[in-house]
Amino acid sequence: MSAPTGAVRVLSPTGMLGAGFAESTVDRGLELGADVISVDAGSTDSGPHYLGSGTAKTTAAAVARDLRILLRAAARAKIPLVVGSCGTGGTDSGVEQVARIVDEVLREEDLGLSVATIRSEQSAEFVKQRLREGAVHPLAPATALDEATVDSCTHVVGMMGHEPIEAALRAGADVVLAGRATDTAVAAAFPLMKGMPAGPVWHAAKIVECGGQCTTNPRTGGVLATIDHSGFTIEPLDPDAACTPISVAAHMLYETVNPFRMREPAGELDVTGAVYTAVDDRVVRVEGSRFHPADQHTVKLEGARITGYETMSFTAIRDEHIIANIEAWTELFTEVLTGRVEQTLGLDGTEYSFDLRRYGYDAVLGGLDPAVRPPREIGVMLLVRARTQELATAVAKVANPLMLHLPTPDMAYLPSLAFAYSPAETERGAVYEFALHHVVDTRTPTEMFRTDHRKAPARD
Amino acid sequence: MTDQTLGDLALEVRSKNAGPFWVTMELFLRDDAGYALAASPEIVNEQVVASLYDVRAEDVQIFRIPSLHVVKISFPRPVPQGGLRDRDIHAGQHHVPLAALAAVLPG
Repeated sequence: MSAPTGAVRVLSPTGMLGAGFAESTVDRGLELGADVISVDAGSTDSGPHYLGSGTAKTTAAAVARDLRILLRAAARAKIPLVVGSCGTGGTDSGVEQVARIVDEVLREEDLGLSVATIRSEQSAEFVKQRLREGAVHPLAPATALDEATVDSCTHVVGMMGHEPIEAALRAGADVVLAGRATDTAVAAAFPLMKGMPAGPVWHAAKIVECGGQCTTNPRTGGVLATIDHSGFTIEPLDPDAACTPISVAAHMLYETVNPFRMREPAGELDVTGAVYTAVDDRVVRVEGSRFHPADQHTVKLEGARITGYETMSFTAIRDEHIIANIEAWTELFTEVLTGRVEQTLGLDGTEYSFDLRRYGYDAVLGGLDPAVRPPREIGVMLLVRARTQELATAVAKVANPLMLHLPTPDMAYLPSLAFAYSPAETERGAVYEFALHHVVDTRTPTEMFRTDHRKAPARD
Repeated sequence: MTDQTLGDLALEVRSKNAGPFWVTMELFLRDDAGYALAASPEIVNEQVVASLYDVRAEDVQIFRIPSLHVVKISFPRPVPQGGLRDRDIHAGQHHVPLAALAAVLPG
C-alpha cells in the first residue's frame, strides 16, 4: 500500500497579531499555495495585567492594520483565517474587541466572510465544581488549588486545544476568533481537520507559532509550513530570509521548559527523534516528530487576581559621594521612610510594602549580579504597594522629601537629587498576579468553550 | 589559564520566561570545544545553577544538546512574574550570571 498523499500549507504571518509584517510576505504565502492563515494574538509573557484586567497589550489600530491585510488575503484566496488568544489574555472581552475590529474591516472592505467566536472564559462556579469533583490538578511548581483562590481571580480562562477551533471550521466558519488557546492549537486545527498526522502537525505548529522566529532573520515576517503524511517543510515568506536546520531546531528551545516534549490538551508532542535536513539554502525538512495521545484530555487554566494598588516615584543620583555610599543611603532611606509612614499615616509594615530599586547599580539582578564596576549615575525607583491607590500614593508622597533630599549618614548637608519629572508620583492602578497553574480533566474537549457563528452579511 | 567565561565561548546566551512560573536560558556555543566545556557537568551542573540563581538544585533541569551545541537550563521562577519584587518581567536579562561563569575545568 502506498503512503497517503496530499499536503496542507499553513501560513503564519507573524508571532503576534499587531506586531506587523510586510504585506508582500502574505502575498508570497498565497502564491506558494497557503491553505490556511493562522496567527496568535495573545500571551502571558508580558505579565498578569492583561488577563487580570481583560485588556489588550497591542493597540487596536495595529491589530486592525494586520487584520485588514489578513482578511483581504483570506477572502481573495478563499482560505480560512484562525486567530488565537484574542486580546492578549484571551478573555471574553478580548474576543469581543477583536470581533468588533473584524466586523469593521469586513464592512469597510465589503468582504463576505462568516465569523465564529469561541469564548474561553471560565466561571468560578464551574472551576470550583470541577475542583470538588477532584478534576483539577496542579502543575509544577504550583500546589493544590483551593476555592478561595478561584474566587479571588478577576478572570479565569481555559486554554483550548485544536478541538473547538476544528469544530468551528467544520461548521463552515471562514474566520475563527478564539479566546485563550495554546499557541500551537491555532496552527494545528486546520491540518488536523484535513487528516494530516498529529506528530508533524503539532511540531510544525510549534515551529510556526512565533512567525519568523525560526528563521535567520526574525524581523522580516512570517513562515509557511507544508505538512504532509511523513513530515513537514518550512520556509520563510521573505525571500531574503532563510530557515536552516539549526534555526528551526533551535526554535524548540524558545520559551519552553523542556525542548523535546510539550504537553497539549490532547497529548504530548515528542521531538526526541526529529531529524532536521536542509532541502536547499532556505528550506528545511523535518521528519520523525511524534505525538502521544494522553489517556486523559486536560485543559490548562490561567487566572489572575488583584494584589493591591501601586504608586511609583523616580529620582536619580549623580553625586559621587552618595553613589560610593549607596548601600548606606538605601538603609537610611528604608529606616526613615518606615518611621515617617508610621508617624504620619499610622501604618505599620503589614499594611503596605515598597521596593526600592537602584537602576544602574543592581536593580535588575540584585544580589545575583556578577558585576562590580562602579556606576556613573543611579536611577532610584520607589514602588509602593497598598490595598488602595490612595494609601499607596500617600506613602509615596511621604517618601517624596527623601527622594529629593536624603543624604548619606555622614553628610553634613542636604543634597538635592534629580527627579525625572513632576509631579514625582505616578499612580499605576491595580496590580495583578497569576493565581492559577492547574489543569482540568475534561469530559469532552469542547465542553469548556462556547462558540457563536455569524453568517456573512448579505451582499447587494 | 585565562579567566574565560561561558559567555566568551558562546554565540549567544539568552534567558526568557517559559510561562509565568518558569524561567529558561540557553547557551549557544560557538564550536565543539566550547560545547564540550559548557556541557561538562564539572562546569555546569544543578548545584552550580542553584548557587548562581539562589534556587533549589532539585528544581533545576539541564538539557545538553550536542547537535545544536546548546546547553539549556530551566527552573521555577524565584519571584512571581509581575510581583512587587519582579524586576525583570520577561526574565530576559537573567542570562548574565550564567554568561559570567568561569569556563575552566577544575584541576
